[in-house]
Amino acid sequence: MSDAVPILNALDLSIAYGKDDAVKNVTLPILEKKITAIIGPSGCGKSTFLRSLNRMNDFIDGVSHRGQILYRGSDLYAENVDPVEARLRIGMVFQKANPFPKSIYRNVAWGPGINKLPGDPNERVETALKQAALWDEVSDRLNDSALNLSGGQQQRLCIARALAMEPEIILMDEPCSALDPVSTARIEDLLFELKKKFTIVIVTHNMQQAARVSDYTAFLENGVLIEYGETDQVFTRPKETRTEEYVTGRFG
Amino acid sequence: MTTNKDLVTSQRLRQRQAKATFFKYFCIAVTGSAVLILGILLYQIISDGYRWVDWQFMTSYPSRFPEKAGILSAFVGTLWLVSLTALLAIPTGVLAAIYLEEYAPKNRWTQLIEVNIANLAGVPSIVFGILGLALFVRFMGLNRSVIAGAMTMSLLILPVIIIAAKEAIRAIPNSLRQAAFALGATRWQVVRAHVLPAALPGILTGIILALSRAIGETAPLIMIGALTYVAFLPESPMDEFTALPIQIFNWTARPQETFHELAAGGIIVLLGVLLLMNALAVYIRYRGSKS
Repeated sequence: MSDAVPILNALDLSIAYGKDDAVKNVTLPILEKKITAIIGPSGCGKSTFLRSLNRMNDFIDGVSHRGQILYRGSDLYAENVDPVEARLRIGMVFQKANPFPKSIYRNVAWGPGINKLPGDPNERVETALKQAALWDEVSDRLNDSALNLSGGQQQRLCIARALAMEPEIILMDEPCSALDPVSTARIEDLLFELKKKFTIVIVTHNMQQAARVSDYTAFLENGVLIEYGETDQVFTRPKETRTEEYVTGRFG
Repeated sequence: MTTNKDLVTSQRLRQRQAKATFFKYFCIAVTGSAVLILGILLYQIISDGYRWVDWQFMTSYPSRFPEKAGILSAFVGTLWLVSLTALLAIPTGVLAAIYLEEYAPKNRWTQLIEVNIANLAGVPSIVFGILGLALFVRFMGLNRSVIAGAMTMSLLILPVIIIAAKEAIRAIPNSLRQAAFALGATRWQVVRAHVLPAALPGILTGIILALSRAIGETAPLIMIGALTYVAFLPESPMDEFTALPIQIFNWTARPQETFHELAAGGIIVLLGVLLLMNALAVYIRYRGSKS
C-alpha cells in the first residue's frame, strides 16, 4: 500500500440513523488520483458512508456520526467548515441520473455560474462534456432539454456537470446500476481517463466492475469494513473468508 | 370453429363483471346529476339576467331605477379588493410555504403549525369577517376601507395558498435538490433556481383558485361593513367600497322583481370573471406540464 497521505480519511467512523448504526467503526483511507471501490451487499451502509464524505447526509433528518473524516488532514465536520465549500471540492454523481429539467448547456454551466468560477463558461462546458465523453453526441444541440437524452447520456451529463466544478474528488453512488452494458462500458472507460486528474470513490454492487476499474477495494458488510486493500489482492488473495465468499459470488 | 372451454366466462367472473358495470353506471349517474343541477342553475340565472348585461350595465352606478342601475362601482371595487388581496396574500403565502417545506426543521412545532394551517382553511368565512371587523376595522382604525377588506380576505385565503404552494413544492423530487446541493449550491440557490421554477405551475394554479374564492366571498365583507350603495369609485386603499357579491346580495334582498333580474345579471358578470380566472389556471397548468 502506498505511503501517500490520503486525501480523505475516515477514522473510526460510525454513522447512525436515529439509534441504529448503519456504518460501524470504519477506518478507510481514500488515496489521491486513485479509484477506490466500495463493494458489499445491499443495505451494508456503503451509500451512507459515501454520502458522509461530502456531507450529503446533513440533509437527512436524524443522521448522526461519531469518529472523524479528515480532508487533507483537517476535520471535514469541524464547526468552522462550511458544507457548501466541502461540496465544491468533493462532487457527486448519483445512482439515478438526475439532470436538471433544463438545457444540456445549462446543466453543465449552472454549477460554475453560481459559484462564479473563473474563465470562459462556454469553454468550461465544452471541456467538461469532452471529459465526460459526451461532447461528440451533443455538441450540435446544447440547447436541447437534457431530459431528451438517453439514460446513459443523462448519466454522462451528470458526470460532466460534476466535472465542470473541477472538484478534487468525485463520489459515485452506483452510477451504472440503471444503465445497459454498452453505456456501462462507456462510463468505465471514462473512469480510467478521469483518474489521471481526479480522485474517485465509487460504490458498486457489481463486483466485475469493481475489479475492472478500481485501484483499491473496500468490502463492507452490515456496516463493518471487512477488508480493504489493493483491488488485485482483494479479488485474488482475499485475507478474510467473508470477502472471498462475496467476491466469488457465494452470497450477496 | 370451437371455443376453448377455459376461455368462456365463468359464473364467478360474470358476477364480478356485473359489479364493475354497476359501479361504472353509478358513477356516471352521480356525475350526471351534479352537472344537471349546475346546468339548471346556470340556465335560470342566464335566462333571468342576460337581457341586463350590456355596456350600460357595466358602466353605471347603482340606482333605485332598475333600468338605470349598473355594477360599475361593484366591479371596480372587486378589482381593487382582489388586487390588494393578491398583493398581500401571494408573497406571504408563498414565502410561508417555502419556509415550511424547505427550511423549517421537521419537529412538533412545525407539525403543529401545519395542522393549524390546514384547520384554518376550513374555518367559516364569517369568522374571518368577525376577526377583520375587530382587528382591522376597529382596532387598527381602518374603517370600512378597501384595505381592511383586502386584509380580511388575505387572512381567509392565506391557508389555501400556503397549502397549495406546499403541495407543489413537495412534489419536486428530492433528487433535483440533491443534484444542486452536490454542486456547491446554497439552499437559497437551490430553491431559487430549481425548486421554485419547477413548482411554479402548481403554485400559480393554487393562487388563482384562492383568488377566485376571494372574489366570490360575501359574508366577511358584510361583516366588516362594506357599503351596499356606492355611487363613487375608490381612489385609494383607504376609501370605502362595495364589491360584486355585496351588490348582488343587495339586489336580491329588494322586493321588486326587476332587481332580482339585475342580481342575475351581476351573477353572470361574476361567473364570467371566475370562469376567466379558472381558464387561466387550467392554461398555466397545461403549459407547465408540457415543458
